[in-house]
Amino acid sequence: MTQRQVYLDHNSTTPLHPEVAKTLTEAMTVFGNPSSMHAFGRQAKGMVNEARERVASFIGALPEEVIFVGSGSEGNNTVLSILGCAATGCSCDRVHKPHIVTTAIEHPCILETSKCLTGRGSKVTYLGVDEYGKIDLKELRDSITEQTGVVSVMMANNEIGTLQDVREAARIAHEKGALFHTDAVQAFGKIPINVHDLGVDFLTASAHKIYGPKGVGALYVRRGVQFCPLIHGGHQERGRRAGTENTLGIVGMGKSVEMRSLEMADEAARITSLRQTLKAGIEERIPDVWFNGHPTDTLQSTLNVSFAGAEGESILLYLDLEGIAVSTGSACASGSLDPSHVLMATGMPVERAHGSIRMSLGRGNTMQDVEYVLDKLPGIISRIREMSTVYGRK
Amino acid sequence: MSAHQSWAYTDIVKDHFMNPRNVLKDDDYQEDGKGMVGNVQCGDEMLVVIKVDKEKDVITDCKWKTYGCASAIASTSAMSEIVTGMPLDEAFNVGPKQIAAALGQLPENKIHCSVLGDKALRAAINDYYTRSGRPDKVIKEESRIICKCMNVTDHEIEEAVLEGARTFLDLQEKTKMSTVCGKCKDEAQTLLKVYMKKHFG
Repeated sequence: MTQRQVYLDHNSTTPLHPEVAKTLTEAMTVFGNPSSMHAFGRQAKGMVNEARERVASFIGALPEEVIFVGSGSEGNNTVLSILGCAATGCSCDRVHKPHIVTTAIEHPCILETSKCLTGRGSKVTYLGVDEYGKIDLKELRDSITEQTGVVSVMMANNEIGTLQDVREAARIAHEKGALFHTDAVQAFGKIPINVHDLGVDFLTASAHKIYGPKGVGALYVRRGVQFCPLIHGGHQERGRRAGTENTLGIVGMGKSVEMRSLEMADEAARITSLRQTLKAGIEERIPDVWFNGHPTDTLQSTLNVSFAGAEGESILLYLDLEGIAVSTGSACASGSLDPSHVLMATGMPVERAHGSIRMSLGRGNTMQDVEYVLDKLPGIISRIREMSTVYGRK
Repeated sequence: MSAHQSWAYTDIVKDHFMNPRNVLKDDDYQEDGKGMVGNVQCGDEMLVVIKVDKEKDVITDCKWKTYGCASAIASTSAMSEIVTGMPLDEAFNVGPKQIAAALGQLPENKIHCSVLGDKALRAAINDYYTRSGRPDKVIKEESRIICKCMNVTDHEIEEAVLEGARTFLDLQEKTKMSTVCGKCKDEAQTLLKVYMKKHFG
């Protein structure tokens, strides 16, 4: 018997788009170093340039404003490290303002980098969020000082899907003389992004969240913005990211972006309807649930829900036994005692964070998948609740 | 990909998780002793109730409820099987090591969950002694403050070891101990060795 497999963890990563897989297979034999002047090198360089143009035009940028990096994490590390550079007396002498303003709900690659930079003399302000995961723009304005080098606010949250008002946040940062970065890893390829319209100086994107290969991302750096590389030692990417180009990965990213530009709009409508059905079905069939995140300003592909009296890792594993893949904000799954920093930042009780799961939809999901989940989930929750010390206790 | 490939626990853990034994379902269960430990804020809470053959001081039935992860469910289920039919004195000494062994193995960072099952059982046994008018048999688990600045006990150090602390730095990070005056450092390092030996041989 083949068990039905329902993948609802697209915010973690996505399967390769078949068209991307085809392009990668064809490109596999191209081995030239894009830096070489001969025909082999020129062929590779041509493919990298084509991918760069695709990524650039997808976000309304110039090709020269796009740097290919090894991951979203690398892109984010690179932007924040511009400040570390000043603090450690780097000879590039670019940025002298050692204060970072970011949010409490960023991805760990922003939070951990910020923590590391604090040890090297930078100062970091973490903006809190409201119960829906939104930052307060007034608090942002008040936090930016003359010493603020960069403001970094994620576009869409990976756990709860909440969208921030990036355009307004960027405007405030510029008004007060700071540069603005947005981690758009979750938003990129799901909602339309135009860097000029948003007015950002830096933007991070990743390929594997949009049906492209792992190990490649893109960092947008607005023309004219001062920049110090994180990885030194080569002229690749106009001297902004040393290391021989991951040609295959870059080609894959280019193709995945091309497919996004063709499919994104139709898919968004379909996914919105899947999410609505999933949400309504859970509400209807399972008592004592809470939906986490913003009711309207959210990625339509992300549904984060907490179940009273049920612990997230148990839910995840019972679902896994039914072939359904989700993730959880519970502490147990991470092997620490602390539940998701994002859910905790929204001020919810710890129990609600422990009882959360995140379902993230993608292009492969169908209404049958949603029905299958709605068929299995209620039984799993009531089974866990029957065992629970905290649910229905007299 | 089969579900089996993605399973992080042993088959025995999986079996207990899928078919938990001795779950307390009867709201009117007439227990002889009851113990509850942990709390939902930490992510795990366990309730253990026992029935005792009062002539022989032997556990005749052990039921439980838990709020927690797969490891918490499986370890409490396994423990309930281990201690049913066991004399109270022996059951009192069942520890996390024995429970983990019965499950094949548990990931190290999950062992703190199984520690809760046996703790709840000891609380239930003590409760039985109290209820049956033998308070002299109650064995209190005394804890000793090791770090006076941060008020950290030997029990907390043991917990930290069970949760994966392997070095003095880990202990400092997990418990915040020895981060002020530093006088307890030597004792902490000794205890670290003791608990490592106790739980991981």
